[in-house]
Amino acid sequence: MRLIVNGKPHSYHGSPAKRLSDVLRDDLGLTGTKVGCNAGDCGACTVMIDGKQVCSCLTAVGQAAGRPIATVEGLKAHGALSRLQRAFLKHGAAQCGICTPGMLMAATDLLAEVSKPDEQQVMDAIGGVLCRCTGYRKIVEAVLDATRTPDMPEVPPVGTAVGARSLKVDGVQKVEGTEKYGADYIPHEALWLRAIRSPHARASFTLGDFSEVMRKYGLERVFTAADVPRNGFAIFETKDQPVLADGLVRYRGEAVVALVGPREAVEAVKPDELPIHYVPEEPVSGVIAAAAPGARLVQADKPENVLIRGNVTKGDVAKGFAEAAATAEGLFQTSFVEHAYIEPEAGWAVRIGDRIEIHASTQAPYMDRDEVASVMQLPPDRVRIVPTACGGGFGGKLDVSVQPLIALAAWTLGKPVACVYTRPESMASSTKRHPARITAKFAAAKDGRLVAVETAADFDTGAYASWGPTVANRVPVHASGPYHVPHVKNRSRALFTNAPPSGAFRGFGVPQAAIAHETLMDDLAARLGIDRLEMRYINAIRAGDLTATSQRLEHSAGLADCIAALRPHWQALGADVEAFNARRKTVRRGIGIGCMWYGLGNTSISNPSTMRIALRADGRVFYYNGAVDIGQGSNTIFVQIVADALGVGMDRIDYVMGDTDRTQDAGKTSASRQTFVSGKATEIAARDLRAQILRLANAGDGAKLNFDGAVLTVEDSGVVRRLDLATLPRLNADGDVLLGEGRFDPPTTMLDADGQGVPYATYGFAAQMALVEVDTELGKVKVKKIIAAHDVGKAVNPTQVEGQIHGGIAQGLGLALMEEYLPGRTENLHDYLIPTVGDVPEIDVIMIEDAEPLGPFGAKGVGEPGLVPTAPAILGAIRHATGVRVTEVPVLPHRLHAALKDLPLAAE
Amino acid sequence: MASYLRPTSLAEALDHLSAANTNAPVILAGGTDFYPVRVGRALDDDILDLTGIADLRGITASDEGWRIGATTTWSDVAAAELPPLFDGLRSAARAIGGVQIQNAATVAGNLCNASPAADSVPPLLAMRARVELRAAAGKRELPLGDFITGNRRTVLRPGELVSAILVPRPKKDAQSIFLKLGAREYLVISIAMVAVVLEVENNVVSAASVAVGACSAVAQRLSYLESELIGRRLNAALANRVAPAHFEGLNPIDDIRASAGYRREAAAVLVRRALTMLGKQKGN
Repeated sequence: MRLIVNGKPHSYHGSPAKRLSDVLRDDLGLTGTKVGCNAGDCGACTVMIDGKQVCSCLTAVGQAAGRPIATVEGLKAHGALSRLQRAFLKHGAAQCGICTPGMLMAATDLLAEVSKPDEQQVMDAIGGVLCRCTGYRKIVEAVLDATRTPDMPEVPPVGTAVGARSLKVDGVQKVEGTEKYGADYIPHEALWLRAIRSPHARASFTLGDFSEVMRKYGLERVFTAADVPRNGFAIFETKDQPVLADGLVRYRGEAVVALVGPREAVEAVKPDELPIHYVPEEPVSGVIAAAAPGARLVQADKPENVLIRGNVTKGDVAKGFAEAAATAEGLFQTSFVEHAYIEPEAGWAVRIGDRIEIHASTQAPYMDRDEVASVMQLPPDRVRIVPTACGGGFGGKLDVSVQPLIALAAWTLGKPVACVYTRPESMASSTKRHPARITAKFAAAKDGRLVAVETAADFDTGAYASWGPTVANRVPVHASGPYHVPHVKNRSRALFTNAPPSGAFRGFGVPQAAIAHETLMDDLAARLGIDRLEMRYINAIRAGDLTATSQRLEHSAGLADCIAALRPHWQALGADVEAFNARRKTVRRGIGIGCMWYGLGNTSISNPSTMRIALRADGRVFYYNGAVDIGQGSNTIFVQIVADALGVGMDRIDYVMGDTDRTQDAGKTSASRQTFVSGKATEIAARDLRAQILRLANAGDGAKLNFDGAVLTVEDSGVVRRLDLATLPRLNADGDVLLGEGRFDPPTTMLDADGQGVPYATYGFAAQMALVEVDTELGKVKVKKIIAAHDVGKAVNPTQVEGQIHGGIAQGLGLALMEEYLPGRTENLHDYLIPTVGDVPEIDVIMIEDAEPLGPFGAKGVGEPGLVPTAPAILGAIRHATGVRVTEVPVLPHRLHAALKDLPLAAE
Repeated sequence: MASYLRPTSLAEALDHLSAANTNAPVILAGGTDFYPVRVGRALDDDILDLTGIADLRGITASDEGWRIGATTTWSDVAAAELPPLFDGLRSAARAIGGVQIQNAATVAGNLCNASPAADSVPPLLAMRARVELRAAAGKRELPLGDFITGNRRTVLRPGELVSAILVPRPKKDAQSIFLKLGAREYLVISIAMVAVVLEVENNVVSAASVAVGACSAVAQRLSYLESELIGRRLNAALANRVAPAHFEGLNPIDDIRASAGYRREAAAVLVRRALTMLGKQKGN
């Protein structure tokens, strides 16, 4: 069969029923086309056939034979990026980049038919492609801009990189489709590993003899629990999660055995033919059942199903409540939420002598290294992790997934072994956002000032610990909100259930807690007759105030400024809403506000980053970057920081990312810590290298560095010194001649028994407001606008800061309105809904730069802050529009409809 | 090794189907229902791919009505020059999946898949569409309401395939509308949807059909409401004729997308809105 791809003929001899996406990727090596679901739900595999966009995962290659097929690899003309690709770069429309090829092809189809599309046409054209990172707005902007010739930003002049809207340093490969993700460069000879997973939430099981199945399908090996050297992994010392279940499964989706063989062989196996004999048991579902007296235990050695308890107590809440002029209470509940990164877990491993090397999509290469070493009972230096590009993480790729399985198989068999999760497998087996059940009571004095807060949060941590301890420790610190409160008692519990492990997900429990504290702030404002925004402004924690843990905030507490920045919009939109609602009855509008704070980095646990930067004999700067960019843009902002701290141009800097053999440990990409912690380590390393250069040149601090090939000239007050780098002694085979190193560990203290201390060195702050429209007959909510004011310390790259905030808002919108993971029922991207381009409204970002002296150039993190206040702002707006006080998310239409019917007849 | 046949004529396809007797091949067209149920599984089905049969694709008009060939895609429907009778079906065409799906998925495939939430069924029911079935031995024609018999069940017999959907020409000028309710924009499975076709003469409704989907195992027409509408003047007040009793034949379920009670009420809201919108259009 003849295939014409991007104008070039190819011959193909396999099955005509094979998915076109698989043929492009596996047979033709065109891995720019991505596979996110194989079900037409995500659009990542979009290509054009006869000039029309289609999902290549739903196209039998037999149907495409002889017809022109266009893929992302064909977009460049004469070696240059197309206007559309350049517009994507300029606008930051690619973050992780996994949806980018699909987006580009969908937009290319549109632009071929409509030369000047309007926004609605753009949305209709790309409506079939899901993006989990960007919040879509920058993609829409890029497509609209592509009809012009986008004016591309120049490389910032030396000394001006920090603060510039510079292009992503890894952006070109993302818009070209040449970026390599976990499934994109698997060696052809690799065996395939397929985990067989439990269909039961809880069951005991026995394994029979696999030899017949192995013979029938031609499998190389079936791995079971007995093959795993140390069959337990976890972030924390519990190591409670088996790599392969050992006689007992504790959640639906848990791996039971691993089949290894040629890809076709393992895929052909029908799970019901395998000799796995389950005896299902009654599962423990939900925190109420888990905490009930006499509840069955999920883990036999964890009494009362309690993983951990958290507590922050300050002052005397009873005294505070007694003094209050108004109190408000409530019970708030949230669901399991799926990360839904568009790239399913993927990677491959190979044994090289007495070492194991793993190429996989991850957020945490050094933790992966230590985890694999522990599972394989090898010293960590015999494990090498080479992170691939990461097609979205959001916390879900902090835990290991394929890594221990492929390590075990590759080590044992002495051959490369690959594993790529299917979408349902990814959704069933991976961690989730903790469902929360939060009771809270807030009290304020007559002037609006909060006097006391008491909260108790139960989190469903699923079958294994994962990041449950982090959530349980972080939430009590944050649960009284970003406010100054004299008397606080915040408690938390993480409870085991027979559900997928709840782990890390953008915000670590704080988004759930924010729904509670912001609803109660609205309650108090109403009771005291204070405007909702002003209620927050009065209480906003400011520099000099004490937090719930009695930490005095010294600097960079810009919440009040964020709220003040919203005030004119709040008043103007409030008036618009009033006028709108005066004319309409069925469709009602409302505005709401949400405020947040978020401690950056680990909670009272050391989390250092170490970075190295070399000057090379050829005059290039080489940056050994141990931090993984999962799309948020750390590679780019770090290069900006190196450039300005060292005094060179961004285009002089090359880097390696996250390879544990070549970099130092810069921790995990989580807790909004990379800009702040690794960015600071980067700045220190760059300044160290600069100091070495200046010493060598005997020049002062203000000297200018100029390069002419391998010759570096250092100019200081008119005196020019030449350093011929090629003549300097080399430190290694790569040609490094000078090496700077920086380490930064944010200063924190342990919390005492009452949770008092300094859990974080600094905090991010934000206030967002939402304008919504509610169809009261159908209970349907349309978010019309979000205005987001964020204190980011310093925006190292404003385009990327906006991108993080947009993406966080889209996920917050999903949390509020549509996302609910139900094991066994929403294990795909058509039953589990995430926002599409049509759901994310216009977003205005206001950046407040209240510099953090500890951060690089004053910068703080913004990865999680974007998400936290969105759901509260939307819920507040729904309440303003309708009177419905939402206490459970997601507010699916039928739920809001029921709540509207339950309302007492409102006076209109 | 599974077989994959892509004939270029209908006769050839029917021969393959009748020859297969016991192991009937799976019929493939747009692939949008075939592949999603085979994620992570070997593709080991024998396949009969209809998309090579040029005659099966496209919409043709005659005095009796319109013929929508079996492999006509949703994008074909959206792009075709068709009278207002088809406005509802064209709205459905743009509301199914994303453009990628619309470019591949076929109207007939949506009928054969027979999902309770199939977006094609209410508009085609409201248009009183018939389904043409062909086998090597001959052909038969059925009203759409008789073709789909339950959740994922049709009366398609072994050796038989859907060759076309037939839409009869209304006696009078007809106008139509389709409204879909989902929990997000784009790529969404319907919670409920309604389609209405009204034939109008001298501003009076002379024939009416109202169909509701995703509120029972098979989309249904609301015959009591239909008879209530006939003879009424075409204006926004048509919506006032809608009464709860008209929806008693529906049998919605509770599922992840919505509760049964909500579906029932949402269907009524959508029907009222559809009638209001058609009433406001006036037209001829």
